[in-house]
Amino acid sequence: MTGPINSGLRRGGAAIVGAAESDLGHVADGLNPIDLMAQGIARAVEDAGLKLRDIDGLLCATTQSRTSGLNLSEYLGISPRFIDTTILGGSSFMFHVAHAVAALQLGLCEIASIAYGSTQRSVGRRQASVREINPFETPYRPFLPSTAYALAASRHMHEFGTTREQMAEVAVAARQWALLNPAAWEKKPLTVQEVLNARMVSYPFTVRDICLVTDGGGAIILTSPERARSLKKPPVYVLGCGQEITHANISSMPDLTVTGAASSGREAYAMAGLAAKDIDVVELYDAFTINTILFLEDLGFCAKGEGGQFVTGGRIAPGGALPVNTNGGGLSYCHPGMYGLFLLIEAVRQLRGECGARQVKDAATAIAHGNGGVLSSQSTVILGTQATV
Amino acid sequence: MEQSPLAIYQAHLDKGELAYQWSPEAGRAVFYPRLVCPYSGSTALEWRIASGLGTVYATTVTHPQQGAPYNVALIDCDEGFRLMSRVEDIDPMNVRIGLRVRFRTHKPVKSKDGGEEPAYPVFVPAEDGR
Repeated sequence: MTGPINSGLRRGGAAIVGAAESDLGHVADGLNPIDLMAQGIARAVEDAGLKLRDIDGLLCATTQSRTSGLNLSEYLGISPRFIDTTILGGSSFMFHVAHAVAALQLGLCEIASIAYGSTQRSVGRRQASVREINPFETPYRPFLPSTAYALAASRHMHEFGTTREQMAEVAVAARQWALLNPAAWEKKPLTVQEVLNARMVSYPFTVRDICLVTDGGGAIILTSPERARSLKKPPVYVLGCGQEITHANISSMPDLTVTGAASSGREAYAMAGLAAKDIDVVELYDAFTINTILFLEDLGFCAKGEGGQFVTGGRIAPGGALPVNTNGGGLSYCHPGMYGLFLLIEAVRQLRGECGARQVKDAATAIAHGNGGVLSSQSTVILGTQATV
Repeated sequence: MEQSPLAIYQAHLDKGELAYQWSPEAGRAVFYPRLVCPYSGSTALEWRIASGLGTVYATTVTHPQQGAPYNVALIDCDEGFRLMSRVEDIDPMNVRIGLRVRFRTHKPVKSKDGGEEPAYPVFVPAEDGR
């Protein structure tokens, strides 16, 4: 890509004023993804001190409803002036943030809600996300997405000497954070040895290198900075957005050790006027342990190839030098299939100081980085408190 | 359009050939076969037959819930295109990045519904390594 894609977006041009999860984990029998979106929106609206009828911009994505924008609008009894159902995998909600900022700036809507819902644990992954046939990949029976990320890990290990133990440290740190989060799915401690000895899925990944399969959903609410300052909670401003798409299928990824996060991050940092060293809280899409390592590198927290070494010694765990995935991540907190929205929710809560035992002290800036497909779509959002605007 | 890129590719495979496209405008190979060159936008794509030699770019061993673990790899062919495939005739854990491999056609097999699954390319270690 050449030139800043989001050059028209204003730093701090919109703020997140409401954030909430729906029910998570294994939800009540009969609940569907639209139920969970609606529940998340109702809770987020309450969090913001708004009314459902105030929403005039609706953005949503799920793999379980082809026309989720219609279904959700009908369910809520609203007719949004602005609607966007962009779906690019788990990073969709970061794309939605950029789109919502644009819509708010242009006056296409005044109160935008971004929602997600999934019942993949209840209905089964095969049912929740039907795989498309690709004549150039399907014959080899890749277990997607695991096989694709394992291929990327193999390349990282080959080029940089990254080890299975280093990747296991990512899972262990995530678990330690999860133990501080009452909403997390996993409740027991985890060791590096347990990760290595767990059931092998796609070498080098055992089942503990791979995200959870849960139900879940939620919503965030965005509005203009002016409106935000009149609402219930301290506004969390969108300081920067960036996005990059490099491929759809893993066999078309240009370089398996460098993700589009390098570009999306550069874009977001440029808009925010910040660098990695200025970020207090780091929320990265950890569908697999290699993701955290790749994104720490590509987003500038360490040099390319040094991510494995960087995560050792508890550096990204509670009490470490860099707080990463403070909710416990997709690895230990919650992963309903398209996890990106939860990174935004956690970043907002950290910047409001609502995180209790896992609260990062004096957090003023946060990065929420979304990943979609098989390292295919990358979208970065940088958030900040009133003091950063 | 009388024949799709996929049909042409498949017909070559059925003859034991690994075909790919060449984009004269971009001056590089294109794979998977398609109607429009992703590097130049040109629709003038030529068909070529690969030598069948390549190098393992990335590799994994997938462990199914039932049955034996199997290899899935990305192969960089000498002509400058990459494809997903499998390296056979070797323990899947011994498939290393950098291994030189040679193409062969995986013969069609009868599927459960009585139809034939199409042939597809697999690779084996290249004996002489060239």
